[in-house]
Amino acid sequence: MHILAFLIRRAAQAMVVMFVISIIGFSIQDNLGDPLRELVGQSVSEAEREALRDELGLNDPFLVQYARFLGNAVQGDLGTSYFFKRPAIEVILDKFPATFELVLGAVFIFVSVSIPAGIYCAIHRDSWLSRIIMTGSIVGISIPVFLTAIFMVWLFGVELGWLPAFGRGDTVTLPWGWDTGFLTWDGISHLILPSITLSSIMLPLFIRLIRAEMLEAMGTDYVRFARAKGLSTWRVRYVHAFRNTLLPVVTVGGLMIGTLIAYTILTETVFQWPGMGFLFLEAVNRVDTPLIIAYIIVVGLIFVVVNTIVDFIYTLINPMVKLPGAKG
Amino acid sequence: MAMLEVQDLHVAFPRGKRDEVEALRGVNLQLEKGERLGVVGESGAGKSMLAFAILNLIAAPGRVSQGRVMFHGQDLLKLSDRKIRGIRGNRISMIFQDPMVTLNPVLTIGTQMIETLKAHRRISDRDARKLCIERLKQVAIPSAESRMDAYPHELSGGLRQRVVIAIALLTDPELIIADEPTTALDVTIQAEIMSLILKLCRENDVALILITHDLGVVAEVTERIMIMYAGLCVEEGPTKQIITAPRHPYTSGLLKALPQNAGRGQRLYQIPGSMPPITALPRGCAYHPRCEFADNGCRTRIPPLQGGVACFNPLKGASS
Amino acid sequence: MISFSAFVKRFFSDPVAIGAGVVLLVLVLMAVLAPLIAPQNPYDPLQLDIMDSEMPPSWKPGGDDRFLLGTDAQGRGVLSTIMYGTGISLLIGVGAVIVQAVLGITLGLIAGYKGGWIDSFLMRLADIQLSLSTLMMAIIALALFQAAFDANTYADYAIIMLIMVIGIAEWPKFARTVRSSVLGEKKKEYVDAARVIGLPARRIMWGHILPNTLTPVLVISTIQVAEAIMIEASLSFLGLGMPTDRPSLGSLIRSGFEFIFSGSWWITLYPALVLIALVLSLNLLGDWLRDVLNPKLRRGED
Repeated sequence: MHILAFLIRRAAQAMVVMFVISIIGFSIQDNLGDPLRELVGQSVSEAEREALRDELGLNDPFLVQYARFLGNAVQGDLGTSYFFKRPAIEVILDKFPATFELVLGAVFIFVSVSIPAGIYCAIHRDSWLSRIIMTGSIVGISIPVFLTAIFMVWLFGVELGWLPAFGRGDTVTLPWGWDTGFLTWDGISHLILPSITLSSIMLPLFIRLIRAEMLEAMGTDYVRFARAKGLSTWRVRYVHAFRNTLLPVVTVGGLMIGTLIAYTILTETVFQWPGMGFLFLEAVNRVDTPLIIAYIIVVGLIFVVVNTIVDFIYTLINPMVKLPGAKG
Repeated sequence: MAMLEVQDLHVAFPRGKRDEVEALRGVNLQLEKGERLGVVGESGAGKSMLAFAILNLIAAPGRVSQGRVMFHGQDLLKLSDRKIRGIRGNRISMIFQDPMVTLNPVLTIGTQMIETLKAHRRISDRDARKLCIERLKQVAIPSAESRMDAYPHELSGGLRQRVVIAIALLTDPELIIADEPTTALDVTIQAEIMSLILKLCRENDVALILITHDLGVVAEVTERIMIMYAGLCVEEGPTKQIITAPRHPYTSGLLKALPQNAGRGQRLYQIPGSMPPITALPRGCAYHPRCEFADNGCRTRIPPLQGGVACFNPLKGASS
Repeated sequence: MISFSAFVKRFFSDPVAIGAGVVLLVLVLMAVLAPLIAPQNPYDPLQLDIMDSEMPPSWKPGGDDRFLLGTDAQGRGVLSTIMYGTGISLLIGVGAVIVQAVLGITLGLIAGYKGGWIDSFLMRLADIQLSLSTLMMAIIALALFQAAFDANTYADYAIIMLIMVIGIAEWPKFARTVRSSVLGEKKKEYVDAARVIGLPARRIMWGHILPNTLTPVLVISTIQVAEAIMIEASLSFLGLGMPTDRPSLGSLIRSGFEFIFSGSWWITLYPALVLIALVLSLNLLGDWLRDVLNPKLRRGED
């Protein structure tokens, strides 16, 4: 498949998903939001309200209203937050860097822990450390992420007092308006507990997955052949066996994106991390409809974009799907 | 002194917590420089186990429990990891059964060839590439240069086995162990690959251990034959002698079962019963339940290999 | 498959299985018998006394013998709320899995038996739904419910809503399993035989294929109950699940969370331990069942 064909197909899929999300967003607005509530007080008479409705186009046919919603959405206008009195999309995007850096921290931790741990458990499958890791991973799967979070807050934040457990700490605003916590020690120390928590849900799963895939790869004929060729143990393990575990790991990683986003909401709630998930829950409590819609649409967009990237990585590392166009 | 001498080789696998079962029960083998030996038996007889044990490649939880593999006078089983790696793929190469799964699907042919060279020689990337292309040409792979950058899935089964053969030849080994090298291929290609292996062994004076279940194939390629049954060698000798005048009833059965030995319109012969699994071997000679000549001695004692045959009631061979 | 007596024998020779089984049995009994054995009825406002609030466990200074594990901010005994809360968590978990199983088995049978575009459509839908993640869909669905209805209406329907949302979101797991067993079974002779003697498609599916797919269904059901309980707890913790006056384990932890820092750790700790014990015992039993009933599912893992 040609790279252009791949991009076009992905774009088409992305449009379908975004279309469905926009329908959901619009129906929410249609059924939940009453713009009049915000624009006028209780004192306005029914006739005046009706006139205003006409003026705002609220009595137009469904399709006309949806087209208007879509037109606005494409221009980045998703309505004005009732609470913040600012464009909803702006409010959401302000919080994006916080969530993004939290996810980045979590991904960094779980990649740098699960790969060595999974490989270790596959190679030394009967050692006592492997047994501890494998037992720990089933216990880990059974602990809900908010309990991990509470435990972290209690132990490191309250009892030991080693690390800050709330908020984001000092941030630095980069030239293009991105608030980053990576550049100050305070910012990084605030990131540690939330990212460990967020990574803790992926960790057991990926350790088990990598171990299983690695064990399977170690038993294949091509690994035996690599050994029979006299290659070093390192090369057999990492170039031959591990390379082949990457494919399923990337696939499962792609499937976990939705879960990861969902768990940012839980993590951000416990650590009062000022990200999009925390904002979303506040919006739900305040029935801030435009903000709820904006969150769903932004998250949908992130989901689509990340999935495309994962698919792209998959085609890069899997020679089987790199059909003509390149070499053949 | 023979180039390769396998002495009393045992391979064991754990059964349950403490028990072990033996897949090889004491195999002896000798091979001179440039000599071609066929190892024949049904699947499960321990042929592949023998091949892997020679290079100390038995995968855990299996292990070589006893015996020696002397190669030019040094015991391969006692070598350090580093030293045995210097022999594997260098002085002794292997060709595996199924080329569809022998090559790593995510690495190019070139990578898999060059890494072999680099594991054993100090050689520049450019020279290595040149040598690899040369070997690919030797095994008659068309447009060898471009194949270097291809992935295994882009090649047919026959071409992949040629690549595997090219890899086995890369380092000018003294011995190639080929484990059923044609079984997984299309019938039309089998003969081609077999004659390629034979030709290359002859030209380069490489010794060959050809493992197969097909007596017909070894008859054409090898100088000596070893017949294996249930982890033991039951008969051994020059190819011609074994083909024309087998002495072990099992060898004779195998020969009778060959299609070319059946008369026109005749039914194909089949040895009654099947080989017992290594976990449930009968007492005495493992072949006795299927043997028409078995007597009480066969049922209680294991016949030792004497004069090339392990049988208490051998058939009358031509030479004896 | 193994015989029932062999199954029982293996269960009693595996200490992990026995341990998980005993813990689960105790928790289920505790939940079912809660109205009979709980020291208080936490739903009865007349039994509550705000003077009893935030009491530590009875063996701590300031504790009260009436409240073994202490009380929460509203003066409810933690032990009693846990007993009732476990019941609600189990009810939602089991209920959601029944919905999942009914939906998933039906759609999986249809997809596997009919094949063609129905199969591709259903499986594509399953893929998308799985990648969107159950928790994400549940959070959005419940957030919308909560925004759409007033608090009282929401509280009345919370249990049903949770069961339906978690049930609908997780059907693909059953559907995939059933579909792949159907595809395996379809090749076997008895299905052909049934078709040859003219049994209608539906009879073949329900009467012949279904019994043969029960083993994998049983295995995933156990793990799915654990999963559903976890999702429910997460939703309740976010305030999107059970209201605090009819708390599940998740809502108990939510209401206790803010008191951890004032030192009232018991309001959070005990429900949290029960939740972990419940989920862990179900997961361990599920793993054990999978090993015993269908070793093939473990291919590559051991």
